[in-house]
Amino acid sequence: MTKENAQAYWGENLRIIITYMAIWFVVSFGCGVLFVDALDQIQFFGFPLGFWFAQQGSIFVFVALIWAYVSSMNKLDEKYDVHE
Amino acid sequence: MSLDALTFLFVGGSFALYIGIAIWARAGSTKEFYVAGGGVPPVANGMATAADWMSAASFISLAGIVSFIGRDASAYLMGWTGGYVLLAMLLAPYLRKFGKFTVPDFIGDRYYSNTARTIAVICTIIISFTYVAGQMRGVGIVFSRYLHVDINTGVIIGMAIVFFYAVLGGMKGITYTQVAQYCVLILAFMVPAIFLSVQVTGHFLPQTALGATLESGQSVLATLDALSVELGFAQYTAGSKTTVDLFFMTAALMCGTAGLPHVIVRFFTVPRVKDARISAGWALIFIAILYTSVPGVAGFGRVNLIQTVNGTAETAASGVANTGVKYEDIPEWFARWENTGLIKWEDKNNDGVVFYSKTDANELTVNRDIMVLANPEIAQLPAWVIALVAAGAVAAALSTAAGLLLVISTSISHDLMKKTINPNITDKQELLYARGAAVVAILVAGYFGVNPPGFVAQVVALAFGLAACSVFPAILMGIFSKRMNTQGAVAGMVVGIVSTMAYIVYFKFMGGTKDEMWFGISPEGFGTVGMILNFVVAKVVSSMTAEPPAEIQQIVEDIRIPRGAGAAQSH
Repeated sequence: MTKENAQAYWGENLRIIITYMAIWFVVSFGCGVLFVDALDQIQFFGFPLGFWFAQQGSIFVFVALIWAYVSSMNKLDEKYDVHE
Repeated sequence: MSLDALTFLFVGGSFALYIGIAIWARAGSTKEFYVAGGGVPPVANGMATAADWMSAASFISLAGIVSFIGRDASAYLMGWTGGYVLLAMLLAPYLRKFGKFTVPDFIGDRYYSNTARTIAVICTIIISFTYVAGQMRGVGIVFSRYLHVDINTGVIIGMAIVFFYAVLGGMKGITYTQVAQYCVLILAFMVPAIFLSVQVTGHFLPQTALGATLESGQSVLATLDALSVELGFAQYTAGSKTTVDLFFMTAALMCGTAGLPHVIVRFFTVPRVKDARISAGWALIFIAILYTSVPGVAGFGRVNLIQTVNGTAETAASGVANTGVKYEDIPEWFARWENTGLIKWEDKNNDGVVFYSKTDANELTVNRDIMVLANPEIAQLPAWVIALVAAGAVAAALSTAAGLLLVISTSISHDLMKKTINPNITDKQELLYARGAAVVAILVAGYFGVNPPGFVAQVVALAFGLAACSVFPAILMGIFSKRMNTQGAVAGMVVGIVSTMAYIVYFKFMGGTKDEMWFGISPEGFGTVGMILNFVVAKVVSSMTAEPPAEIQQIVEDIRIPRGAGAAQSH
């Protein structure tokens, strides 16, 4: 693998990580902590929405995020031919 | 069959299973002992990680905490799951590619320094011992309640079982036992959760039932809010912690989770880098099954408790709901848990009526841990469900204890003996040291189980804070910054540890008051501040000192590319 290729791979990897970490931050620290009171004004299947994000919703999103990351990385590894 | 007979059957049966697995999966080499030979399939590793991670605290205490502090407990729910996102994306794949046995291995090699290695070993040992003391105590409590032996006998039985499969099987034995333990514990948590959910709301899934509408036309949460306010408690869905405090606490628990050595080491056991990512995904699914049920269990438990003790229009002594039930009308479980001391009733006004509230009229003291353990009894579920909960609680405590003991013994035999003190010992001798260290660690853990230090609850803050302010940033910078050198990493870790420890010790042990806290950040959240200090100091110091040698920079380049992750190498 050439040096340029390795750098390009790492750059794309970082972009993927930053995208998913941004979502991670918004659902947990955003919806569950910083804006929880505002979201609580909205009812969501019997839950105040902020409370739901803080106690359940964020966890569902975390699971989805890891699997989305797995699939993005598998594609990226094949694209740069670094898969195992 | 009686409850006792059923409990013996369930707990005994699960023990027989664990021992059977241990004999089947004996470890013959250090590689098998440390990382199970590196050949664990990702789904199995996900289950083992989930069992490793979910301790007596998750199984017994978490629902209790949520039940009694409501929204403020969100920090635990988000923190203890969100850390896996950090692990999956920032640590696990790269550490797997690096391909060594332990966390101090990575820190010592990446920072080409035995000082860094030793700091990592000390952190690993403190974090793991802090944790393990609570587990052994948990085993003792469950045994004493369900098998009518005293707590100390319970601790010793637990020690003997862990001894058998951890010392004999090493990581290989532990991994497959943990897979079995996950199955036992998740069944034991979900069966009563589903029963409760159906009983209270008619809904099958505890995840959605908390928002379900009751006969009264209100949702469970709204009912709980109304009951809580009527009794003088804070509204269940409103928090009392400040936003700043909640933010720092959640961050410290997340980064602490990602930095726990016994969790990280599980990702060394899979064959490929890809599998490290996948198994983090499985681990979080398996963990989320329990964690997303916790708010439901907590909510139903709380409603049940209030209605049993304070009464509905039919059961209350005065005929008015929420005013108290006569002691003799309260179901049998109440007296059973009074015997263990986890419930205390003091008839202050001598009217023979039990009353529970936040005001001075309160006559009831309830230990939070009771929520999961007594829930099936409060809800009058069948005896086999209660027996299953006992087996599940023991599985949760033992699986975590075994994982921690392995990390302690590995730190001593591998990182201290082999890598620092005497590099010339053979594989066989190293294995002997590992087993010897495991024996000593079990004895020490058992000692803490029998003579629990009064500060077990307090030191949990210490374990997570320490992991967040030292191990997590050191590994993260080791992967993502090629420029980070020994001086920067060591200075960062020292500043992180000293500041976090000082804050926690001051507020937890030296009587620091709430008003003195910086920006209202509680000790549980200070690990985040320590971590930020670590990053800043490391960056500044490393930019003023020489860059790391070329071969170290090559290692960093190398761990960023998945291909070529061979089997874990010892050297």
